[in-house]
Amino acid sequence: MNKPLRRIAIFCGILILALLVRTNYLQYVRADELNSRDENRRVRIERYAHERGNIIVDGNPVTGSVETKGSDFKYKRVWKNGPMWAPVTGYSSQAFDASQLESLEDGILTGNDDQLFFDRTLSMFTNDKQQGGNVVTTLNGAAQKAAFKGLGKKKGAVAALDPQTGAILALVSTPSYDPSVFAGNSDKDSKARQQLLKDKNKPMLNRALRETYPPGSTFKVVTAAAALENGLYTGIDEPTKSPLPWRLPLTTGNLANEGNIPCENATLREALRWSCNTVFGKISDDLGNQKMIDEAGKFGFNKEIFTPVRADASVYPKDNRPQNAMAGIGQASNRATPLQMAMVAAAVANDGKLMQPYMVAERQAPNLDTIYTHEKEQFSQPLSGENAQKLQQMMETVVKNGTGTNALIDGVTVGGKTGTAQHGLNNSENPYAWFISYAKTDSGSPVAVAVVVEDSQANRDDISGGGLAAPIARDVMKAVIDSKK
Amino acid sequence: MSVVTNTTTIGAIDAPSRRNTELMMMAFAIAISVFAYANVGLAIDGKLPSGMFGYGAGLILLGGVAHLVVRKFAPYADPLLLPLATLLNGLGLVLIWRLDQSERLIQRAETLYGSYSPDAPKQLLYSAIGVAFFVAVLVILKDHRILQRYTYISMAVALVLLILPVFFPAVNGAKIWISLGPLSIQPGEFAKILIAVFFSGYLMVKRDALALASRRFMGLYLPRGRDLGPIITIWALSILILVFETDLGTSLLFFGLFVVMLYVATERTSWIVFGLLMSAAGAVGVASFESHVQARVSAWKDPFSCYTTNGACEQISNAIMSFGSGGTLGTGWGQGHSDLIGFAANADFILATVGEELGLAGMMAILLIYGLIIERGVRTALAARDPFGKLLAIGLSGAFAIQIFVVAGGVMGLIPLSGMTMPFLAYGGSSVLANWALIAILIRISDTARRPAPAPAPSPDAEMTQVVRP
Repeated sequence: MNKPLRRIAIFCGILILALLVRTNYLQYVRADELNSRDENRRVRIERYAHERGNIIVDGNPVTGSVETKGSDFKYKRVWKNGPMWAPVTGYSSQAFDASQLESLEDGILTGNDDQLFFDRTLSMFTNDKQQGGNVVTTLNGAAQKAAFKGLGKKKGAVAALDPQTGAILALVSTPSYDPSVFAGNSDKDSKARQQLLKDKNKPMLNRALRETYPPGSTFKVVTAAAALENGLYTGIDEPTKSPLPWRLPLTTGNLANEGNIPCENATLREALRWSCNTVFGKISDDLGNQKMIDEAGKFGFNKEIFTPVRADASVYPKDNRPQNAMAGIGQASNRATPLQMAMVAAAVANDGKLMQPYMVAERQAPNLDTIYTHEKEQFSQPLSGENAQKLQQMMETVVKNGTGTNALIDGVTVGGKTGTAQHGLNNSENPYAWFISYAKTDSGSPVAVAVVVEDSQANRDDISGGGLAAPIARDVMKAVIDSKK
Repeated sequence: MSVVTNTTTIGAIDAPSRRNTELMMMAFAIAISVFAYANVGLAIDGKLPSGMFGYGAGLILLGGVAHLVVRKFAPYADPLLLPLATLLNGLGLVLIWRLDQSERLIQRAETLYGSYSPDAPKQLLYSAIGVAFFVAVLVILKDHRILQRYTYISMAVALVLLILPVFFPAVNGAKIWISLGPLSIQPGEFAKILIAVFFSGYLMVKRDALALASRRFMGLYLPRGRDLGPIITIWALSILILVFETDLGTSLLFFGLFVVMLYVATERTSWIVFGLLMSAAGAVGVASFESHVQARVSAWKDPFSCYTTNGACEQISNAIMSFGSGGTLGTGWGQGHSDLIGFAANADFILATVGEELGLAGMMAILLIYGLIIERGVRTALAARDPFGKLLAIGLSGAFAIQIFVVAGGVMGLIPLSGMTMPFLAYGGSSVLANWALIAILIRISDTARRPAPAPAPSPDAEMTQVVRP
């Protein structure tokens, strides 16, 4: 009987061998794939197993972590002043993943980033708990607060930049949401999120970065820059060749101005001061679609911008002549994010140099060592220093004695441009009130800001960039200047 | 292979008893288990577990008693079987205790049953009873050939055990339990031994008829119709188990066991061909109408299907992800999330915890320990001098091997999942008891096999027949 016994022994050996091969296949060959599957709850358990690092504004964290009981996930994210900071931080939910900075900087915040490999290895030996690193933002708490308070219950957004560096100083979107309400993993969190998603005011939309509006008259700054850069006009106090009424090319209709304003052959300065549609519509038409696209592109239009949070691409499209003329005054198919318009103001304020906008100043390891510092970086040069200064004079006139007087700050030079963008079929809906501006001190400009208010509640006649948006911009600029003192 | 088998006529060779080797190995097995226990405590609570002294003492007591009994009642037994079983049982206790600490499983028990009670103390009790079984078998069973007398009684009891669960309600979808008040028994585990005893006795008597009375056809020996009776009966019985008790594992185990023993007894390869054909036919036939078999097969084909379509695969996919997450070295004892498997994490799926927390290295070690036990069993069969002992030893080790393959292969997604337990590692009273008894029988056979033959009577002409080497 020994021969079959030996064969059975070999058979048993093959059974064990098959198991050994299988375990090697699962645990060696497929380990990475299995370990990172979406279905694998360990990925999320791991993310919430340690106290998450913080997002820091002005040296203080705007986030935190609390221990939760009775869940797979040990720590839950909390936010200080959640609705105000949500457009910056995004959310990080045990059940619904993460967004914006919380998602993009997840590696640093959880401590799993490759840059933190050394720290992790070290803490493995010293038996310390793994900790997350911190993300230090460029935001200015006072400016953010001023913007959030200024918008109040109104629907809208504010984006503020430091023109000299590109640092984002404020990023507000209202109505906002508190990411804390669905940070957990319970039914309550799920319901809260459902409610936010169903809300027709879209509180979870980051209007400062992800909503594009017709920029209205604020776009005339870009059109003016295009006129100066392309040599269409050189002096800002020379009369332009602008008839009134001016017929929109290839159409039978005249382009109208708001009210009865002195636009015929007006100088560039006067045209911007009164916001003459006829003058800027004609400039856009004179330059042609391609030159307008080129200049808008230098300001950042037609591409997504990563701050590192992605901002939607603002659009200045290829168009026919009448549409191009309309786009030159910020109507038609021309659309911009608030961040984009803040970049326009910033480029002008920084003598024509547009800096790359960013909101992460530093990344810190768990032991607070800095492992990354942002180096300021030029985005483009949309206009020459000389032309930028001309444009500054024009914008300062707008604030001193034009439509933007609400933005005046004592003892500070302020330049700005109002905008009232019509939208809806036949302009049936309430227009958006825009204001872009910058402040200037002896050491250059510390802040440029764009404000948009889409308030359907207000009386239509009261809606104007100067009335609704300029005071908010003023408060934001004042907050930045005061905090620098 | 074994020297001992051919020595019966030569005279007493002083085979070493290897009892001291066994003692050293036992100490090693117990030390590893106690260290493992300490490791889990440190990983989960950051301090040595409070029950460590009791656990260590319990294990030393059990192992010590088992060893002393072997020393006294089976002095020539294989020295590896007992330490290997003790090591697995000790590691199993640690694994179960580790899963007892899982918040997730505690919560699950509380929401489902309103209460929670840890399993490790119960398993320790079962282990004690298991070792008592082991001792009883060694003490009572002086010679394994006594079992030959109970060939048909074994069969009758085994049949009763196998059929009884049909009359009890299904637990979690499988009818493999007999519940008597607070006690629930998985009779299949015991039936495994009884069936092996029956086959050994039956085949020992019938092997010549089965082997020789056959016609040759296309290179195969075709058995006579009347000799096909037993194999068809066993085949039908396995199919019935599968259909009525929805127990894929037990069904596979019995049929495989029978084919293996038939092949060893008759030395005819044709039986294996028949066996494979019949099991394939049975499997396909049953799968065509049994929905639970179909569900198992579809979960095996794509373990992640239920996340996109309807179906039940969470357990198997979670087990597979456990293995993947363990990687090469594992997360460390107490630091994995194998408890995500939920139900049966410490029973059928206990290997997933090994895979995740001890990694590939740990899995290979555990599988090799099982491999060693099987190998020692086969060695015992080779060494055994009587056909009954040979058949019984190969039957028991074969059953052990098939069970390991079916369970581990199922949990790792190599073959469709079937509900059986990893011997010694998994939680479960019946399993621990039956497997300790199985080891005891193997030890008894190996003792008989390795025992030196009595010295032959001195031969008057010994001097003259001395071999002269050139």
